[in-house]
Amino acid sequence: MVALPMQDDLRRVLDDEGHVLPGVKVPELSEETLHRMFDVMLQVRTVDERMMRIQRQGRLGFYMKAIGEEASHFAVLPLRPTDWVFPSYREQGAWFWRGYSIDEFINQLFGNEKDPVKGRQMPVHHSARTLNMVSISSPVGTQIPQAVGAAHAAKILGKDDVAMTFFGEGTSSTGEFHVAMNFAGVYKAPVVLVCRNNGWAISVSASQQTAAKTFASKAVGYGMPGIRVDGNDVLAMVQVSTEAIDRARAGEGPTMIEALTYRVQGHSSSDDPSVYRDPNEPAPWEKKDPLVRFRNYLKQIGLWTEPLEVGIVERHNQAISDAMSRADKLGPPALETMFDEVYEEIPWHLEEQKQWLLRQERTKSPHAH
Amino acid sequence: MPVMNIIEAVRDALRSEMRRDPRVVVLGEDVGKFGGVFRATSGLFDEFGADRVIDTPLAEAGIIGTAIGMALYGLRPVPEIQFSDFIFPAFDQIVNELAKFRYRSGGQYPCPVIIRTPVGGGIRGGHYHSQSPEALFIHTPGLKVVAPSNPYDAKGLLLACMRQNDPVLFMEPKRIYRASRGEVPDGDYTVELGKAAVVAEGTHCTILAYSGMVSIAEEAVKKATEAGISCELVDLRTLMPYDIDTILASVKKTGRCVVVHEAPRTCGFGAELIAAIQERAMEHLEAPILRVTGFDTPFPYTLEHEYLPTAERVLGAVRQTLEW
Repeated sequence: MVALPMQDDLRRVLDDEGHVLPGVKVPELSEETLHRMFDVMLQVRTVDERMMRIQRQGRLGFYMKAIGEEASHFAVLPLRPTDWVFPSYREQGAWFWRGYSIDEFINQLFGNEKDPVKGRQMPVHHSARTLNMVSISSPVGTQIPQAVGAAHAAKILGKDDVAMTFFGEGTSSTGEFHVAMNFAGVYKAPVVLVCRNNGWAISVSASQQTAAKTFASKAVGYGMPGIRVDGNDVLAMVQVSTEAIDRARAGEGPTMIEALTYRVQGHSSSDDPSVYRDPNEPAPWEKKDPLVRFRNYLKQIGLWTEPLEVGIVERHNQAISDAMSRADKLGPPALETMFDEVYEEIPWHLEEQKQWLLRQERTKSPHAH
Repeated sequence: MPVMNIIEAVRDALRSEMRRDPRVVVLGEDVGKFGGVFRATSGLFDEFGADRVIDTPLAEAGIIGTAIGMALYGLRPVPEIQFSDFIFPAFDQIVNELAKFRYRSGGQYPCPVIIRTPVGGGIRGGHYHSQSPEALFIHTPGLKVVAPSNPYDAKGLLLACMRQNDPVLFMEPKRIYRASRGEVPDGDYTVELGKAAVVAEGTHCTILAYSGMVSIAEEAVKKATEAGISCELVDLRTLMPYDIDTILASVKKTGRCVVVHEAPRTCGFGAELIAAIQERAMEHLEAPILRVTGFDTPFPYTLEHEYLPTAERVLGAVRQTLEW
């Protein structure tokens, strides 16, 4: 086997201020697409801030923000609707880009009767079959071999669909990551493996997850290219992802992308980074904010105005408020739905347990709002 | 009607379903050209090719993890775990992922993966080629667990599994893989999941068994008959969901019951069966329900015969219920 070249250079299109770097090709994106990208980035930022606020007010049990990492979600941009995504839990932008509605998003967080997953999972564990967005699991890395399997299935069935999966740099320490990378390489599966290296796995820094120089370098051992990209540069993300998706679709096999970004805030609403992280560490990254950089870029090419942005943010804020007021009127899923869809049909023992439960007097849940 | 052993019956089921349904694929360690270490997939690679009979890299979590992705996308994967003792690297994929996909996605993502795996001792395989881990999987909501004891059921149950939409752990009794022979129809048939079989009718005591323990129990029934004791033997066939109606009908008739499994005793499936019976048929019981099981030790190599239930021990338990 010919050794694949290491691609340790960080791929970038924009500098930290959002200027196109000299000699770099800018991905060809229509004005409409650029506007929609900006729109979805602002949507993620707006949704995250609002959801975190209501979490702090005690109205939402749990939340996970992606602030500062939004650009990395746009790896999904070049995918076709028939392609599949196996997400982790911090890719809100991927959901919105592919058409997940704010109502679905908020109903899932609240686990109400219109929650797409019927109140069966914690907040941020979305699922959307019609968008080929696969149900999210909390244990990290489980989705990676599944993405490889879906990609390989497409190949077996003679379809040219591609699967993409997201995971954090901490997940690269799991067995599942290595198993999946190996299967992907051996099968030449049409899969794109996006590692969001945001520097922190809850309280453990990236330097404590690996002795390798980069996460992307792990790809070499599995016979696939590993590309390192500025994960706060949305244009570079789209460019690198396009290349990887094209390779996959052309039958050239998998690609691992390491998107270098930074978790500016806590792991989740339950986390407090001040306990384990130098409080000065986020500051330089805030200067590389993907939203600011993309805004500056759009400004330079004449596609940004302040009223435009204000309008987008207002629209999303309104949409969130509307969705929340609709959600406020909804109750929890019906009690008997607890027993649905464990299996395709309810077997006798679950039917018996369900009937027993329905005969019991209901007591108030300590978590009821 | 052709006579087959269990391996041939499993292979026949796989082959006929792969001919019928192009979505069915087989994957696992050594299942391709070699045809599996027990030869269950022998000949399938030549007939269906490398895309449908897939030799995987050696990693169980990868076999099950990729099978899940294949099923989500629309295939009907039938992965093989070479020995059930090797299933644990895939435990998270089976318990937290495969079994939960339909439920956790609000019904959006059914995940019909049928995991075949040889179980049980009696082959001088020591701890890592002999275990019976069914209780761990019966305890996993979302999984079905099927455990045939003979060639006819092996083919009919496996065909039934491949035609329904829930994930299944299909446990094959490796001790009698070749020793158990019987008539198996050439054509297409299924054995309904969730239905036990009354293998022998009797009046004094019910014996509940499954998988490799059915033949041991049959031997015990014969010995009992010679001693003037009439036993009813129920082969459970499907462990989750198990056939409570057939079990209760038999126990209500005989008033006594012995449960046989080779897995360790504590929290074994026998404990659940006994709990379920006494909750529903206490007034019919003439004696405590007894268990004949493996011990709560790791599976021993040299002393495996002493570890495993024998016909004599089963008969001893039957006598004990009669003498109570």
